[in-house]
Order: sequence, then C-alpha cells, then structure tokens
Amino acid sequence: MRTFQYLKPTSVREAQELLSHFGEKAKIIAGGTDLMVQWKKKLISPEAMISVRNVPELNFVRVDQGLAIGSATTHRSLETNPEVRRLFPVITDAVDNLGSVQVRNSATIGGNICNAAPSADTAPPLLVLDAVVSIAGKEGTTSVPISEFFGGPSRTVLKPGQLVTDFAIPAPAPNTGMAYWKHSRRKAMDLPMLGVAVLLSLEDDLRTCRKARIALGVSAPVPMRAKQAEAFLEGKSIDESVLTEAGKIAVQEAKPRTTIRASEWYRRELIPVLVKRTGLICIKRAGGKK
Amino acid sequence: MTSKQTVKFVINGDEVELEVLPHWSLLKVLRDSLDLTGAKPGCGEGECGACTVLVNGIPINSCIYPIMEADGKEVLTVEGLAANNGLHPIQQAFLEKAGVQCGFCTPGMIMSAKALLDTNPNPSEDEIRHAIAGNMCRCTGYVQIVESIQHAAGLMADARKRL
Repeated sequence: MRTFQYLKPTSVREAQELLSHFGEKAKIIAGGTDLMVQWKKKLISPEAMISVRNVPELNFVRVDQGLAIGSATTHRSLETNPEVRRLFPVITDAVDNLGSVQVRNSATIGGNICNAAPSADTAPPLLVLDAVVSIAGKEGTTSVPISEFFGGPSRTVLKPGQLVTDFAIPAPAPNTGMAYWKHSRRKAMDLPMLGVAVLLSLEDDLRTCRKARIALGVSAPVPMRAKQAEAFLEGKSIDESVLTEAGKIAVQEAKPRTTIRASEWYRRELIPVLVKRTGLICIKRAGGKK
Repeated sequence: MTSKQTVKFVINGDEVELEVLPHWSLLKVLRDSLDLTGAKPGCGEGECGACTVLVNGIPINSCIYPIMEADGKEVLTVEGLAANNGLHPIQQAFLEKAGVQCGFCTPGMIMSAKALLDTNPNPSEDEIRHAIAGNMCRCTGYVQIVESIQHAAGLMADARKRL
C-alpha cells in the first residue's frame, strides 16, 4: 500500500537524527500545503514524513537588534506580528496575500524557501534583507547567505540529513524603506507573475541612496538579486526616473521565461515598472517624499 | 510499516479515538470515519476552501491537513456550530441574507467567518473579503456572503448584549 510513516519529533536534534536515518527516503514536512498536494498527485512517495510542526525551537519570531524567524513559523504568524509589520514591512507585504488565511495558517516560511520555487513570495524579501539561513546537520550547524541557498528550481544547497532551522536578518540602517510587490491576477490564492522586493537605505537628506537591494521573483530559475541595478542606485539621488533606469538594468540581469502565468516579453516589461513602483514605496516608508 | 495508527482528538466537543492510515487527510477522516459530511471535498489541493474546518480555533484546509497532526487537538466543523436552541448566528445570518445559493461553499465560508468573528467581532468589508479570500463560491458574486457575515457580526453583538 502506498503510504508513509508520519513522524513527529519535538526537537531539532531528534528531527535531524530521523532525517539522517532515513536519508533520501524521508521528506521534512512543515505545513504540508505543498507536500500533501505533491503526495496526492504521486509526485513524491517518501517512506517517511518528518513533521517539524511540533518542534518549538523552529517556531518563533524574535525581534531584537535584527529579526530571527524559525523555519516552521507560519506565514499567518508573521502576517499578524505587529513588530514585523512595523520594522520589516517587506515581509508583511509578502505574507499578507500569500495563499489564503487557511494556507497561511499551515504553510511556513521554511517550507516556502526550501521548496525553492522561482515564485516563492518570501524569497525576494529575505534576499533584500540579507538574511542568513541556519542549517542543522549531522556535523553540526552551518549557515549560508540566502543569496547562495537556491541551486535551481526546486533545488537548494541542503545536503542529505540537513534541515533549515532559522533565518537571521540584521537590523536595517536608519532611514531604510523596504517593500515587496507581488504582481498577480488575483489578490489571493495566486502565484506571482512577477515579484519585486526593494530595500533602500537613504542618507539623512532622505534622497541619496546609501545602500540598495533589489530582488526579483519569477525572473530567473531561482529568486535573484539584481546586483548591477543595486550598484547603479547607490550614491545617487533617488527619484522616479533613476528607479526606472535601475529597473532597466535589472531586466538585463534577469532571465525570465514564458510560462502559463505570463510571457517572457510581459515579464521584461513589468520589471522596470515594478522596480520603480516598489522603490517609491521604499522612499515613502523611509520617511522621504514620494 | 503500513499499519494503522491511533489518533485521539476532540471533534465538536466529543473526544474520539480512531485508527487511521498516516497519509489520510483530516477531511477524509471527518467524512468517511465520522460521517461528518459538512466539510466538502472540492479541489483536494487547498485551493478552494470548501473543506475549511477549525483546528484549535484556527481555519485550515482539512483536505491537505495530515490526520496525524490532529492528534491531541480540538476540531470544529460546521456540524458543531448549531446548539440545542437553534442555529448559530452565522448560520442564521446566511439564511436571512441569502448567503447560500447552491450551498457547496457554505460550510467552509461559515467556518472562515467564525474564525474571523471570533478574533475580530466588528470587521470591515475589506477584512471580511481578506478572511474569505480562500473560500471559492462559483454561484454568487460574494456580495450576499459578505452581507451575511456583516449581519452575523450584528447578531452576535446583540447576543452578547443580552448576556
């Protein structure tokens, strides 16, 4: 009979040991909103599902100097966290209309990232926030910048026996604005045609860009940073036309494809528009003029 | 390896202990083992919300919720809403404001509405639409459903005043 063992460890150590024991025959399951569907469609048939829902160490949001998010934290608990909304609104933007309330109550940020879909809504925000991914494995804990975590569609740098434990995000500099724009046909239950996250740290004049981050979803095989566009913005006085110019550079760095949700042409047209639009929100949020 | 496992949870106030296969969904157990057919199988993929039930007060898609996670939890389905003295105010409101057409989405809609009104007794229209965005209705334009939930908020406020 086609079934699986459903294992419910209560600590990272126990989860990691189970994962080492089963190797490739096990899958880590968090909210299950992707994995249960893949199971039903017979895309996966693991011997064991190792649930991380009951591991308290993986389910937390800590705001101190920066932000730390446990991998089994649901999107809903991020969405409803007032500190995250106030200090890291780019995350709230991404989780606020990801799936539905029901999906967000189950689905986790770790699941979203580890599935490594090019459309993962939480990936561009973590990229602009310079998040660091902590990984537990047999040999202990390691960490990798989120920009190096994705290996291709549905692929990550995780090795057999390793699981993601948390995401660590440094505190943003003063005068920083950050935003994510998900371009989709519906506001809910939809994947983005394109996702753009921007983070701008401004000088005290609230115009000159000290640091820029631009991340694109569904624009390449993996969520990506547009580093040339970022470098173009740094040191410049930011306005609409400068942001559009940066968006045009980002198009050159992107490798969008034609898929069922949008054509390559349309995605290329969208990038400069959305980089500008999201950048303007950043300036407003940083306290500067629109 | 494929042997059945025991799960124990509270369903609509009653404790149950059941033998299940680990890959079953909560929805399958509700409908096939417990004969609670209020929650509907729609898409089977967590897209349509027809299977929405509350687990520890929180709305989830029961079609993709692993039954093994229900162990030790409290599950509430639409069957658990009506009390001895009649319909729940949300159910009453859906009747009065014609929030029901074919009825397939209704149990899920009502459970999403319950989860919303339990935490936000006086929601705006935007908040209602945000809360039911994961519940598909293919009959209506959602207008009467939104009106039903607004009406339910009023009925529930009245009921609290009477207490």
